[in-house]
Amino acid sequence: MTRRRGAPGTALRKAVLAVVGAVFAVPIAAMVAFSLRSADGTGHDLGHWTALAAPENERAYRSLVEGVTNSLVLAAVTAVLVLVLLVPTMVVVHLRYPALVRPLEFVCLVPVTVPAIVLVVGLAPVYSVVSRVAGSGAWTLALAYGVTVLPYAHRAVQADLAATDLRTLTEAARTLGSGGVATLLHVVVPSLRRGLLAAAFITVAVVLGEYTIASLLNRVTLQTSLVQVSRSDPFAAVILALLALLLAFLLLAVVGRVGSAGAGRPVLPGRDVAATAPAPARKALS
Amino acid sequence: MVALVEGRPPAADRDRLDGARPPRARRRPAAWWALTPFAVYVLLFLAVPCVVALGTGFVTGDGRPSLSALAALGEPLVLRAFGSSALVSGITAVVGAVVGAVVCWGLTALRSDGLVRSLVDSAASVLAQFGGVMLAFAFTATIGIQGVVTQLLLTRLGVDVFAGGVWFYQVPGLLLPYVYFQVPLMVITFMPAVTGLKPQWQEAVATLGGTRREHLLRVVVPVLAPAFVGSVLLLFANAFSSYATAAALISQGAQIVPLQIRAALVSETVLGRENVAGVLALGMVVVMVVLMTLYSLLQRRTERWQR
Repeated sequence: MTRRRGAPGTALRKAVLAVVGAVFAVPIAAMVAFSLRSADGTGHDLGHWTALAAPENERAYRSLVEGVTNSLVLAAVTAVLVLVLLVPTMVVVHLRYPALVRPLEFVCLVPVTVPAIVLVVGLAPVYSVVSRVAGSGAWTLALAYGVTVLPYAHRAVQADLAATDLRTLTEAARTLGSGGVATLLHVVVPSLRRGLLAAAFITVAVVLGEYTIASLLNRVTLQTSLVQVSRSDPFAAVILALLALLLAFLLLAVVGRVGSAGAGRPVLPGRDVAATAPAPARKALS
Repeated sequence: MVALVEGRPPAADRDRLDGARPPRARRRPAAWWALTPFAVYVLLFLAVPCVVALGTGFVTGDGRPSLSALAALGEPLVLRAFGSSALVSGITAVVGAVVGAVVCWGLTALRSDGLVRSLVDSAASVLAQFGGVMLAFAFTATIGIQGVVTQLLLTRLGVDVFAGGVWFYQVPGLLLPYVYFQVPLMVITFMPAVTGLKPQWQEAVATLGGTRREHLLRVVVPVLAPAFVGSVLLLFANAFSSYATAAALISQGAQIVPLQIRAALVSETVLGRENVAGVLALGMVVVMVVLMTLYSLLQRRTERWQR
């Protein structure tokens, strides 16, 4: 009570953070140390890293290459799917059907309550139909992934939607004679670019990390091929897992910075500036 | 879902409350067609899989309605799996929530718009939500048989972590990786509640002659309690439904519910018990629905203080 407000325990709090941070760094550091073990097990070198790029190992890592390629295709297709299906729906609901805002949110949060391991039980029969109609190309898995990313993408777009006076902007566009599509492309998309970017990046991060659905539908993706390779070559698997974690971290770091840069953007009068807070998937997601 | 959509009050009422001009709606063409692609997509890839997954428990192999498949939920093996799942989820939820809450308190020492804070947020998101298989690898590299820490302890200190058996590839081995993604999830979910604590409240307590201890016990704890309990429930649900880490660590056996679903899916034609996966999924969703309903109720209480 003698100490001033704001000062109490700042050093203690930072120390706590440092300790927890250090403990959480152990597994990551262990991955690095593990991947640097030399082949004879006595010292450390870059052998396992260079082996990944060595042409003579091409056969051994063929499934990995296939998995990485498939996952990148899936990430792109899923992101497009989310942007083409979810975003226009959210915008139309926001502008024209305010009564549907809550139901839409409810639908988008269903995948939180119905986890992937449950969804995949019902997806198996659905995919036997899908493969008859659309073939069994790797990209078809994006249809299922689009559902699993709904909670994340919805949250990202919703945060931006709430912070932008889209209603006034679209009214202005219409007054000036702009048609529906032109308004969407020249007014809505630029206004929501942060939310769209965040949604796309989070989608990519989710798709690159997804394992449950891919493995139980017997698809080859980055994660399933990692598990397969880890049985024969744990070092390659650990290196790629490390790189994938790093990539996901960078994607989300960009999302976080983009979101917090929002305070500096022009906001229409009467709108809550604080609502532009970072948009990354914030809660309730597993 | 469909029923819920139709059960809402008509759009016009809300529109007027929103401050919009009602005549506008009449001037503009209907926009419902813009909603159909998404509606069809959600129907095909969310509603249908949900119904199929949960519905198969109520029919026999040849399609007749029956409750007999539900009896599988009472089998000792299944009950034990639900027990193990609940135990792992419970332990990691409580440990994760306590450690995560401490981290949240620590984070209040940092600038909320600073670089460190946003890097911590990104790292928490990655570990909480996108780790899965990769966290299993991280812990295999750390405390697996050949893990860095295992070997260090063995060679430097002579401590054999696995002296009492190799527990790492069994259910106890899930605890550490699960805590590793539960703590970041706690940080993500609990942090808004912590930042919602206003410094003015402390000043008000001080003005009224209260002590820091009274501020903690009479203001901070009551305000944060619903958020904390809600987060514990969310963490429990998160661990309960998590599959990837367990699947990558435990390749043999089906000790927890998600792994039982895997076993049922992989072997259903062999056993001739097509419905077991569906019944297990049903049991799991029941647990999830209860947890998430309680969570959203508590969340509503929590958000009262975050405006």
